[in-house]
Amino acid sequence: MATSGTTLPNAGPVTGSRSFLSRLRDGDEIARLITMVFAASVVLITLLLVYELWTGSALARAKFGLHFFVTQVWDPVLDQYGALPFMYGTLVTSAVALLIAVPLGIGAAIFLAELAPPRISDTLQFFIDLLAAVPSVIYGLLGVFIIVPLMRTVIFPGLNKPLGFMPFFKGPSYGVGFLTAGIVLAIMVIPYIISVSREVLLSVPRDQREAALSLGSTRWESTWKVVVPFAKTGILGSIFLALARALGETMAVTMVIGNTPTISASLFSPGDSIASVIANQFTEATGDLYLQALVELGLVLFLMTFILNGLARILIVVTTQRGSGVPT
Amino acid sequence: MQASSKPGLSVNIVTNTGTATHGETASLPMRMTISKVDFYYGSKQILFDINMGIADKRVTALIGPSGCGKSTLLRALNRMHETVHTSRLEGEIQLDGQNILAQDVTTLRRRVGMVFQRPNPFPKSIFDNVAYGLRINGIKGSISEMVEKSLRRAALWEEVKDHLHKSAYELSGGQQQRLCIARALAVEPEVLLLDEPCSALDPISTAKIEELLVELKNLTTIAIVTHNMQQAARVSDFTAFVLTGQMIEFSATPQLFTTPSDPRTEAYITGRFG
Amino acid sequence: MTARVKWRRFVSNFMLTLTGVCALVSVSVLFFILGYLVFNGGTSINWAFFTQLPKPVGEAGGGMANAIVGSAKLLMAASLFGVPIGFLGGIYLSEFSGSAVASVVRYAADLLNGVPSIVIGIFAYSVVVLPFKHFSTLAGAFALGLMMIPITLRSTEEFLNGVPRYLREGAMALGASKWKTIASVVVPAAYRGILTAILLALARVAGETAPLLFTAFGNRYWSQGWGQPTASLPVMIFTYAVSPYEDWHRQAWAAGLVLLGLILIINILARTILSRGIAVPRS
Repeated sequence: MATSGTTLPNAGPVTGSRSFLSRLRDGDEIARLITMVFAASVVLITLLLVYELWTGSALARAKFGLHFFVTQVWDPVLDQYGALPFMYGTLVTSAVALLIAVPLGIGAAIFLAELAPPRISDTLQFFIDLLAAVPSVIYGLLGVFIIVPLMRTVIFPGLNKPLGFMPFFKGPSYGVGFLTAGIVLAIMVIPYIISVSREVLLSVPRDQREAALSLGSTRWESTWKVVVPFAKTGILGSIFLALARALGETMAVTMVIGNTPTISASLFSPGDSIASVIANQFTEATGDLYLQALVELGLVLFLMTFILNGLARILIVVTTQRGSGVPT
Repeated sequence: MQASSKPGLSVNIVTNTGTATHGETASLPMRMTISKVDFYYGSKQILFDINMGIADKRVTALIGPSGCGKSTLLRALNRMHETVHTSRLEGEIQLDGQNILAQDVTTLRRRVGMVFQRPNPFPKSIFDNVAYGLRINGIKGSISEMVEKSLRRAALWEEVKDHLHKSAYELSGGQQQRLCIARALAVEPEVLLLDEPCSALDPISTAKIEELLVELKNLTTIAIVTHNMQQAARVSDFTAFVLTGQMIEFSATPQLFTTPSDPRTEAYITGRFG
Repeated sequence: MTARVKWRRFVSNFMLTLTGVCALVSVSVLFFILGYLVFNGGTSINWAFFTQLPKPVGEAGGGMANAIVGSAKLLMAASLFGVPIGFLGGIYLSEFSGSAVASVVRYAADLLNGVPSIVIGIFAYSVVVLPFKHFSTLAGAFALGLMMIPITLRSTEEFLNGVPRYLREGAMALGASKWKTIASVVVPAAYRGILTAILLALARVAGETAPLLFTAFGNRYWSQGWGQPTASLPVMIFTYAVSPYEDWHRQAWAAGLVLLGLILIINILARTILSRGIAVPRS
């Protein structure tokens, strides 16, 4: 769609294209250049971001190397930094979040795509979209004042009494911790799983469902054994997307996770996540190494979400394309 | 028991035990009977007072121009119309003397199978596609034997026997459609409905499937919707001509194509419209 | 009906009901959130909240006037930075560029969109705070503006692409140059979708806290001009919620209600504009 230069009767050399200056007089060329500069700036900004993350963590990378990922110690006083407790916290809270959000989200998506009449499905999806618009700090607010007390009074006793023998459910509980953060994260990522899964399920061709029904399947059988498997790649993509969101979540997590760099099998233990520790300690970081260690954590987070988002995109595109035509 | 004849219809004698006669044709049992059926999508009426029968172990073809309602009629026979909320059926459709609308729909659909216009195999292996119906219905016995039997009946076994665990999507269009036929046959339906099964296929695949249908009628009763008159003439024993939701003529195929009683039928089969 | 079929039908009805429960639970969360905010924060929304500055630590009362103004300034500046880049960049992708360049720009935008907001904060810190050696409204606006770029860019491109060829050709056949066609015909045809996208982008960054933590930072007083640290609603909510003071908790709820109310209104507005009728059908 690039514009081609038109030759004016008396502009430029006879043999070839117009000179730059004469093209500049043409309004189209100016428009093209201006918009190109803005488009290019997007690319430049992104490159700059990666560059800043890389150089801003240089000291820490040089000093700790790969040990950064396996060291448990995070001690600003001794200037020793290791990412392990934060990676652990990030992964555990995200895992808990997915364990809760995936069944709920896929179940809801199935209802919206297969069962609900179109008007109701669209209305409910509208509310789900609004839920996705609620900012992290509001979830944090509810987490602190509603879920943390709930954890102390209802959830912890409820799980600890029967299941306390398992390392996951050992006490004590202060209300904050991995499980609390996981629950809050689950609520935050459910809308993503629902929206994407619902779209993917709706794109499954009608005759798949009809073929299953015509063989004597019940509605559930046709949904669970034919429609959902047909869409499973896209649904997986929605899970990756949700995971990417959960990994980068900062405010809600930092308000309910406990902010202590601990690695513990117990879900009730307080801990910390990558995003959370950056949020808490960045402005208090004294000394270059401290700050650069935090930037390196930011780099790690960036890479994790980058890979997940890329995978998610591929999976979702593949499914919605497949729905539009079975290859013969 | 009801016997009725209507002006404009060539054959219309429908009984519970099912016999249909037309002129000198010997009487044949009807597997399914359709009486006084009206069909609506919301407030729009699609089918008007349909009366006909599907003869046992024979091929019955439904022909007519696009949009005349023949697919709608076919889909009513296994209650697939119920997947659309606004659809409404009035009248009676019987399978072996029992009203299908009063039965459990899951059981009915096992007894009346369907093959669709475009091949629609599941995203599973060839084997699992055919085995699907067997598994959900909990049919006892050796699944592999039954899968082989169905694939042979659909004239597909030789081509896929070494590739049973490959994805169904690796087959060509014609093969996929035969796979869908095998899948439908696996649960041993009493009636097999085919909705323009060859319209998405090339001529060679079409010919293979037509051959198949003629053989299959010994196994199961067949009803086929087609907009290809030559196909109807080649393959079927009885033909029903449907026009704008009305059954214009229903009789033995040779009769309908050589000496149609209604002028509209004649106009259609001589290609004056359609 | 055999026993087996009866069982299968029972399972079917049970599981499908369960999915309905999942949907109900998910949707009701929204109403729980609103309910709690109204219940806990509704009574604290008064004139003082909107007009007074925060009182010193420990004293009851006061308001969040500086945070409200601060957020307004941040959003305004962020839009001035992010929207033109996204909009004009989108025009380039849709009207001028070749497909190879377009894919690269789109990829960069998607990448930027997926960056966690705290990392955006780190980036803004390195680029705006460090060189000037202090926190500022500008730094915060830069971070938020960055987050508005990808949505604006992709939506502009998408909606412009959706404008049918015959509209463009009609203008060009009358002698309009390409940029005149774009400005007078194509963009107006797509304006609804683009406006919606900008509103949605605004709603998204209005609630962002993390990128402000080390760019705009915070301020107990009015922030003068653009070069000083400034209070903002989201950061205030965070600070007050994790504090040990009851009165601050109460104010946090009120601020949460105001913030969420604003965001939801923008969202509903944006979606209504879009559904009212897109000026031209999307391709």
